[in-house]
Amino acid sequence: MTMPAIKAEATAVAIPTASPTSAAPVVTMTPKQAPRAEKYVKMGKEIAVRVVPPLIVLALLMLFWELVCRRTGSTLPPPSRVFKDTKELILDPFFDNGGIDKGLFWHLSASLQRVAYGYSIAAIVGIALGTLVGQSVWAMRGLDPLFQVLRTIPPLAWLPLSLAAFRDGQPSAIFVIFITSVWPIIINTAVGIRNIPQDYRNVAAVVQLNPLEFFSKIMIPAAAPYIFTGLRIGIGLSWLAIVAAEMLIGGVGIGFFIWDAWNSSHISEIILALFYVGIIGFVLDRLIAGMAKIVTRGTALN
Amino acid sequence: MQAYLKLDHIDKAFSRGNATTEVLKDINLTIEKGEYVSIIGHSGCGKSTLLNIVAGLTGATNGGVLLENREVNSPGPDRAVVFQNHSLLPWLTVYENVKLGVDKVFSSTKTRAERDAWVMHNLNLVQMAHAKDKRPSEISGGMKQRVGIARALAMEPKVLLLDEPFGALDALTRAHLQDSVMALHQKLGNTILMITHDVDEAVLLSDRIVMMTNGPSARIGEVLEVPLARPRKRLELATNPGYLKCRQRVLEFLYERHRFVEAA
Repeated sequence: MTMPAIKAEATAVAIPTASPTSAAPVVTMTPKQAPRAEKYVKMGKEIAVRVVPPLIVLALLMLFWELVCRRTGSTLPPPSRVFKDTKELILDPFFDNGGIDKGLFWHLSASLQRVAYGYSIAAIVGIALGTLVGQSVWAMRGLDPLFQVLRTIPPLAWLPLSLAAFRDGQPSAIFVIFITSVWPIIINTAVGIRNIPQDYRNVAAVVQLNPLEFFSKIMIPAAAPYIFTGLRIGIGLSWLAIVAAEMLIGGVGIGFFIWDAWNSSHISEIILALFYVGIIGFVLDRLIAGMAKIVTRGTALN
Repeated sequence: MQAYLKLDHIDKAFSRGNATTEVLKDINLTIEKGEYVSIIGHSGCGKSTLLNIVAGLTGATNGGVLLENREVNSPGPDRAVVFQNHSLLPWLTVYENVKLGVDKVFSSTKTRAERDAWVMHNLNLVQMAHAKDKRPSEISGGMKQRVGIARALAMEPKVLLLDEPFGALDALTRAHLQDSVMALHQKLGNTILMITHDVDEAVLLSDRIVMMTNGPSARIGEVLEVPLARPRKRLELATNPGYLKCRQRVLEFLYERHRFVEAA
């Protein structure tokens, strides 16, 4: 007889915060008016479920890294060293001592600016060309083989050629970003346009939309999910390409910062820069994904 | 007597490479203003192709379509189509879907406020005004088809083309929507050409039933007048001898004289 009593007590102790046993009946009777506190607890739980596991993994990795690189004679610094070495760079990203001796903020913003230019041009040109190739069979026959060959050229292979053409680092870097990110945008847009259901084209024909209205009211919304897939791949590629390109053209930029740190044997700075590159790449990807979510909220086929 | 809509010696053949398939052969049909005509036949007999030709979405190989004595060979709002799978644009709301056509057709003849009122008027006709701000994914299949009908009606077509409009709906929703279409036809007096493969539906709704033979080279096998008085009531007709006779005729045509050979 004592066993069930102990059991019940144990469960009550195990989950003291939410006390679901007493709240559950109330919730089922008035499901839309859950107490505010309970809502917050639920929200907190949901966030914890997402945030806690990666934090644990990160902590373990850091620990592992610390243990491996702590020994004397290890080629890479442990995380504690990295933090100590780069404390100033982390705390003051805005200093500017002229020349290339600038805070990380300036390097990152220079890189982001190049990406913004190159990527914007790629988005406009990519969507336009993709629409053409998707809509016209002859354009596809003529251009598609060309695209398939050109898109396999590695980004950096374009750099010498663009340096020769523009004779300046800035436009060359922008061109490399453009040429790297334009292909997935073209190809995905073309697929999206080609996949517009015949029904929508029939509707447009019956309503007698002119080509411009057809483009803006049918094509772009119908192909939006595909277009955004291309845009998302494109932003990832441009962020990959900018670091490599900046290593070669020099000046200001996160790629150059990494190369410069390597030349001065500041390994900790390289690690810090990689961390920033990763975070910004992630944020850029999320940004496009979020935009896609807003723009294509109604386009899912039903 | 002048025909309102005339299908004049229409042939249609599809060719792929060297192979040519004749789908429709010598289709002649005249439809009076305000008439409700159904085209019935087995699947694959080309009835949807015929509707597409009338709509102007597909060109005829020979012959043509005359509407009020003028040839029509491209799509236009004077022959609005209600598509089988509703074909609402999923990124637009119910209201915007109807407005798309209204804005084009009445861009110069109606003011913005008038167009808005006209959209709402048509949504009211199909009892969908309450869902005007919903997206197609948020409403049921029957509701989508209602909106599809409102979109077509709102263009004030001379001929309303229905391409198996109730085919994708469950039986109860279908019956409900058929009653709605009957009521609309009664009220507005539209000229309607409907494709169907449902015998009861054809008899219930139509003034005349056009029965197609099996393809390839489908022809009009028989045209049946449905001499039932309007307004028709589904329940009363169930025992009406005239209704049963018409139904019998169509069934005989479809299942005795022109059985669908490919049906396994």
